[in-house]
Amino acid sequence: MTDRILVNITVNGMVYERWIEPRLHLGDFLREELGLKGTHLGCEHGVCGACTVVVDDEIVRSCLTLAVQADGAMVETIEGKSESGAIRDLQDAFLERNALQCGFCTAGLLLTADALLQAEPEADRARIREHISGNYCRCTGYHAVVDAIEAVGECRRAGARGAQP
Amino acid sequence: MKAPPFAYRRVDSVAAAAALLREHGDEARLIAGGQTLLATLGMRLSEPSLLIDIRGIAEMQGIAVADGHLRIGALARHVDVERSALVARHLPLLSLAAPHIAHAAIRNRGTFGGSIAFADPAAEWPACTVAADGALTLSDGTRSRTVAAADFFLGLYQTALRPDELITAVQFPLPGPQRRFAFTELARRHGDYATVGLALAGDVTDGRLDDPRIVYFGVGGTPVRARAAEAALAAGRAEPAALDRAVAELGGELAPAGDLYAAAATKLHLAGVLLRRGIQSLMAEDAQS
Repeated sequence: MTDRILVNITVNGMVYERWIEPRLHLGDFLREELGLKGTHLGCEHGVCGACTVVVDDEIVRSCLTLAVQADGAMVETIEGKSESGAIRDLQDAFLERNALQCGFCTAGLLLTADALLQAEPEADRARIREHISGNYCRCTGYHAVVDAIEAVGECRRAGARGAQP
Repeated sequence: MKAPPFAYRRVDSVAAAAALLREHGDEARLIAGGQTLLATLGMRLSEPSLLIDIRGIAEMQGIAVADGHLRIGALARHVDVERSALVARHLPLLSLAAPHIAHAAIRNRGTFGGSIAFADPAAEWPACTVAADGALTLSDGTRSRTVAAADFFLGLYQTALRPDELITAVQFPLPGPQRRFAFTELARRHGDYATVGLALAGDVTDGRLDDPRIVYFGVGGTPVRARAAEAALAAGRAEPAALDRAVAELGGELAPAGDLYAAAATKLHLAGVLLRRGIQSLMAEDAQS
C-alpha cells in the first residue's frame, strides 16, 4: 500500500480537506469522496469527455487528473455551475432543443460548451463542432447540441451588444 | 480503469527529479500533464511504484525568444503553444498543428515536452519539431546536452533520453523571412491521433520552392522525413510534374503499417494526398504573412 496524502481542494466554493491515495483521480474524488455525482465517468481514459470539470477556470478531464495534482486548486463541477445559474441559458437551450437525450454526456458537454462561448463568443457551427469533438454522445444528439450551443452564442452576443452604452 | 497503487512525490528542480529517477530506476515515472500516462496506468499497461510530479519546476516553464531562437519550456502546455503570440509570429507551424492535438480539455493539461518524450509516432509535436529543426535540451540535473530532434526519435516509443534525464526545453532556430510552413493531417475524429499527418516547411520566393522539409507522422515508428520527395521538389521545382514525382517517391520511403481502420496501401495513398494539399498550402501566396 502507498501512503495517503492530505489535499486541500476547493470545490464549488467549499474547501475540502481529505487524506487520499495518490492513484485516486479527480473524478472519483468528486463522486466518491464528496458525493458529487453530477460528474460522470465514462471511458476513464480521456476519450469520451463525460467527466469534464473546470479546474482553475479551465476545462479538464477529471479522469486524467490526479486528485493530488488538484491540491490547492479551484474546481467547479456541474453542481456548482447549475446552482450559481452561470449556465442556465445553456441548460435551457439544451432542454428546448432536446439536446439532453439520456443525459449521460450532458454535464461534460455543458461545461465544454460554456468554455468555448466564454473564450470565443463568435464561434460558428464548424468551430462548435470542432470544440465538442472531444465529447461523445451515445444517443447521437450532436446536431441538437450544436443547435443549442449556437443559439446560446447568438443570445449571449445579442445580450452583450444590448448592454453596451 | 483504475490505476494501480503508487507513491507520489512533487519536486521543484530538475536535479531533484533526476535524483529520484536514479534512486528508483524503472519503477519511477515522471508526470507533468499526465494526459497519456494516466490513461496507460488506468489500463495497467505499466505499474510504476512512484510518480514524480515535475509540473512545478520553474526552469522548464515558459515560451521566449532569445539569441535567434524560440525556446519552448518542456512544461509549456499544448494550449500555451496554441495561444502564444511569439509562436504564431516566429514559428507558425506549431500554431497550425496545435488545434489538432487531442481536445481542448486535454490541451489544457498536456505538455509540449511530455508529448515529445513519449514519442508517439502518430503525435504532432515530434514531427513538427523535426520539420522545424528543433533541438532538445536534456538534463540529468548536473549536466545538460543538446540533441537534434532528427536524432532524438530512435524507434517506436524509443528516444535518446537516458534513464535519469529530462527534456527541459526545445530550441528552434528562428526561420528566415522566406520560410513557410504547412500542417495537415487526417484523423477519424478531430483531435484523435492522425491516421496520417504531415508537417511541411520550405523557402518560398516568387513561386519558387527551396529547401523543403517534408516530415510525416503516423506512417512509421518515428517521424519520417521524406528525403526523396524533398529532392524531387527542391531547387525551385514545385510545378505539377515535380509534385507527381515527389508523390511517386513516397512509395519508396514510407512503409506505413496497416491497422484496424486503414490498410498500408490506403495510408500511403493518403500520404500523397496530404503532400499535394501541403504543397498547395505552402505555395499559396496568401497562406501566411
